[in-house]
Amino acid sequence: MTTNALTSKSSTSGRAGDKVFSGAALAAGVLILITLFAVAVFLLIQALPTFLADPAEISGGEGFFAYIWPIVIGTVIAAAIALLIATPIGIGVALFISHFAPRKVAGPLGYLIDLLAAIPSVIYGAWGYMVLAPALVPGYEWLAKNLGFIPLFEGPASQTGKTMLTAGIVLAVMVLPIITSLSREIFLQTPKLHEEAALALGATRWEMITTAVIPFARPGIISAVMLGLGRALGETMAVALVLSTGNLIPSLIKTGNQTIAAEIALNFPEAFGLRLAELIAAGLVLFLITLVVNMIARGIIARHKEFSGAN
Amino acid sequence: MAKRIDVNDLNVYYSKFLAVEGVSINIEPKSVTAFIGPSGCGKSTFLRTLNRMHEVIPGGRVEGQVLLDGDDLYGAGVDPVTVRSQIGMVFQRPNPFPTMSIKDNVLAGVKLNGKKISKSDADALVEKSLRGANLWNEVKDRLDKPGSGLSGGQQQRLCIARTIAVKPDVILMDEPCSALDPISTLAIEDLINELKNDYTVVIVTHNMQQAARVSDKTAFFNIAGTGKPGKLIEYNDTAAIFSNPEQKATEDYVSGRFG
Repeated sequence: MTTNALTSKSSTSGRAGDKVFSGAALAAGVLILITLFAVAVFLLIQALPTFLADPAEISGGEGFFAYIWPIVIGTVIAAAIALLIATPIGIGVALFISHFAPRKVAGPLGYLIDLLAAIPSVIYGAWGYMVLAPALVPGYEWLAKNLGFIPLFEGPASQTGKTMLTAGIVLAVMVLPIITSLSREIFLQTPKLHEEAALALGATRWEMITTAVIPFARPGIISAVMLGLGRALGETMAVALVLSTGNLIPSLIKTGNQTIAAEIALNFPEAFGLRLAELIAAGLVLFLITLVVNMIARGIIARHKEFSGAN
Repeated sequence: MAKRIDVNDLNVYYSKFLAVEGVSINIEPKSVTAFIGPSGCGKSTFLRTLNRMHEVIPGGRVEGQVLLDGDDLYGAGVDPVTVRSQIGMVFQRPNPFPTMSIKDNVLAGVKLNGKKISKSDADALVEKSLRGANLWNEVKDRLDKPGSGLSGGQQQRLCIARTIAVKPDVILMDEPCSALDPISTLAIEDLINELKNDYTVVIVTHNMQQAARVSDKTAFFNIAGTGKPGKLIEYNDTAAIFSNPEQKATEDYVSGRFG
């Protein structure tokens, strides 16, 4: 009888560790899928009455689509304003911390930004309601007077400042720390080798950043912006406090507009029956928006995979 | 093209630590000069002072003069960016930009400082630089593919092509073959022999055979012990360094009797 010297008898303990770990990893992965699936099923079942009901019974009396699309647009506009403001500032601050600030300043500044992310959203909402909104009123009046011919800034401006633009700015402040701290981590991971390659070719500091740092960090920046977008789309409290809601209007500086998350939060406590189903259906739509946006982002990252530096 | 380098009594520091002390050396144009010596003797550090890459490291600074055809690199008002565009550098590990195609890698330095280049000029320069780096035939059909997809030796030649595309006066090489296999190494050594027709080449190497094969002159660096500064021990024609060194330390090192 031949025995293979390579078959070991004593290594079962090591194997057990491997098995436990792969089992735990698998369980964690499956758990996430189950949770996501359960959320989708819950939303679908609870929202079903909305789609089966007589259109006249839905809020507004013209069916679910007529009810939902203005607040979908409102949600997207609020999130878009937030990202338009927060992305360039966030990337700029992250670059400053990672590549320009002296080390003594960079550390504390980084912690400070991380702390911003830990502030509860209701506090941002209260700040936006009490401080930011009144402070923005003169600015809105100026916009209405001088740029009023653009539909976005059509007057008369809100006298409370509780408008879509204010909500977008508050959301931008909330999203900023997410984009900043994630981008900073990615920028710090840029290989020294590539930075030195750029410098040795005669690049200035800024050119080094555009040739070596930003391209390397691109997928990470997109992920950071997507996470920020997730928060902006789903944010409830801040928008509910800062925005005085109304019908969908193009002007960002008049009272009006509404977002899905705030619509749900404001109406949920008193809702029952069909109204409850409506709100849950709105939640389902928000869920789908987030899903689609994330898939688009993944698509953008995957399209540049060959040049990602991962190979 | 191809300028001479004269270094006068250069001290190199990392913050307060004196890493290299009192180096004076004259490097002829259109020649290959090799720096040899044990690990940690400061030869790479010294090489990086020749195009002001040393100061990229926090705390890195120098005292003394480095003259490029008589102009002090460390003179008042001299921009390191200008210095580096005239004195190119090839690193120990191949470092093409992973997010750029082969072609864009070659043009990376040319497009810096807001310079514009027409498409036909760019194509001609890419071909000329890649030919100059003996890489054209291997990559001419895949110029739009990422540079990181090439083999290590090809990547290193791509980095050399990128360096010569900006038409520097001097090319510094910091152990350019230490991450490469013998065949790729041979390709780079052949290339160095051709480069010296147009450029001043300075190469740091751990491989004494390589120094003997490629260089006209050799400088031997050494340290007295850890924590002490590195010094230039002997600088002479390569043949003299390897067959008839003046210093005992040089002889011990090149003959392999080094402690």
